[in-house]
Amino acid sequence: MAPPSTLPTGVPAEGPETTSSTPTATAGGVQQLLSADDVTRVVDRIAHQLIERAASSTSSGDGLSDLVLVGIPTRGAPLARRLAARIEAFTGTAVDVGTVDITLYRDDLRTRGVRALEDTRLPDAGIDGRLVVLVDDVLFSGRSVRAALDGLRDVGRPRAVQLAVLVDRGHRELPIKADFVGKNVPTSRTQQVRVRLAEVDGEDGVSVTDA
Amino acid sequence: MRRHLLESADLDRADATLVLDTAAQIESALAGREVKKLPTLRGRTVVNLFFEDSTRTRISFELAAKRLSADVINFSAKGSSVSKGESLKDTALTLEAMGADGIVVRHGSSGAPHRLATWVAGSVVNAGDGTHEHPTQALLDAYTIRQRLGRLEGVRVVITGDVLHSRVARSNVWLLHTLGAEVTLVAPPTLLPVGVGSWPVTVSYDLDAVLPQADVVMMLRVQGERMNASFFPSAREYSRRYGLDATRMAKLADDAIVMHPGPMNRGMEIAADVADSPRSTIVEQVGNGVSVRMAVLYLLLGGPA
Repeated sequence: MAPPSTLPTGVPAEGPETTSSTPTATAGGVQQLLSADDVTRVVDRIAHQLIERAASSTSSGDGLSDLVLVGIPTRGAPLARRLAARIEAFTGTAVDVGTVDITLYRDDLRTRGVRALEDTRLPDAGIDGRLVVLVDDVLFSGRSVRAALDGLRDVGRPRAVQLAVLVDRGHRELPIKADFVGKNVPTSRTQQVRVRLAEVDGEDGVSVTDA
Repeated sequence: MRRHLLESADLDRADATLVLDTAAQIESALAGREVKKLPTLRGRTVVNLFFEDSTRTRISFELAAKRLSADVINFSAKGSSVSKGESLKDTALTLEAMGADGIVVRHGSSGAPHRLATWVAGSVVNAGDGTHEHPTQALLDAYTIRQRLGRLEGVRVVITGDVLHSRVARSNVWLLHTLGAEVTLVAPPTLLPVGVGSWPVTVSYDLDAVLPQADVVMMLRVQGERMNASFFPSAREYSRRYGLDATRMAKLADDAIVMHPGPMNRGMEIAADVADSPRSTIVEQVGNGVSVRMAVLYLLLGGPA
């Protein structure tokens, strides 16, 4: 298997916005990174990459029956469902989708306080021996992903776990790297990256705000 | 949420709903898992301080704390320094010195958990105090009702039996009222407290009259150990007027449910065939108790100390 890449490989080019670029500043310190159309294109591209990866990681068939997309709430969950819908649109094959809430596995509850839990729902077929792709909106410190990995470990033993994110903004605090990245965004630690998805926020878009 | 859970009135509607939602999420997160354990309270210590006998509540709290990876110390008054005359305060300070983050307390005296809460730095959870309150029982009952009927708002709940001595009834009256349910108490006049007129409930002495409108019938245990002042003429008469048997159960609406906090006196307040019927949620209540107590412990102890 090819080493994980943060750049799109071997998929239809969707335009210059799929590669890293410095955000353009607008008034009020808010920079638009991805428009609604960009989000759609990026999701389509990751869906294609997932189809390729699933096929290349199996010896027979398209490998899609082996694939489980697991979203990390809040916004990773609708993102996982969108990816599954696009994969089904491209290949005609439905893939399993789930969510895993990481709140009870977080390492910052004591410093930042308890919060309400969100859905944990995994496919009936389970995750044992399958290729699990965790899906989240923003990859930042890597601590959410660490918590999700701990959560998955209590549920079963996947054959492999990979990570797909809409935005990688850098500043990792743990040795974690994404396998599928929608957009790499150089940010300063104090900036805020805001992902909006229609299912949660009423519209699609990604912006960065200066603190 | 507040730091302690001492009575149902500590929970406003948002808090109570948060506990129920959290319990539901925990239950679905753990459903079908091999490892029914979460790392959330790793390194925290929960003391079960039980001055009164209990099976299900103590085991339920112990299991809840262990499933959240807390360290659990079980303390019962029998076989402890309490039998040598140690006071509640000294016992509490001892546990405090040993670093208890949470104290789950059951005590025969109403108000003991409130006193305890003023002495210790950790969170105090009332697991039943005298004839006062038992808030986690009310939470698990509300959770069970919501799970079975899909709602709490406007649900008509009939609570029948020894309301006078029942901390379960008190906690349920206040919590169900907070959550928008309508409560009717049915009991012999001798087993209703003096101040019941000021409670947000309807009072009836006739079980048969209220059953057809009920969505939920909650039977209270006749507390044999407290039936020492001729509250009713005989067990048979009580059972005939206030017990739930199959004939009475037939008067209930099709989707109405029958609840009992346990332990049951089969044949007294509830007939065996009623307790074992599909309407009965008695076993579910026990299972739900663990999820609800996990939610309470998480919300009280999970955050900053």
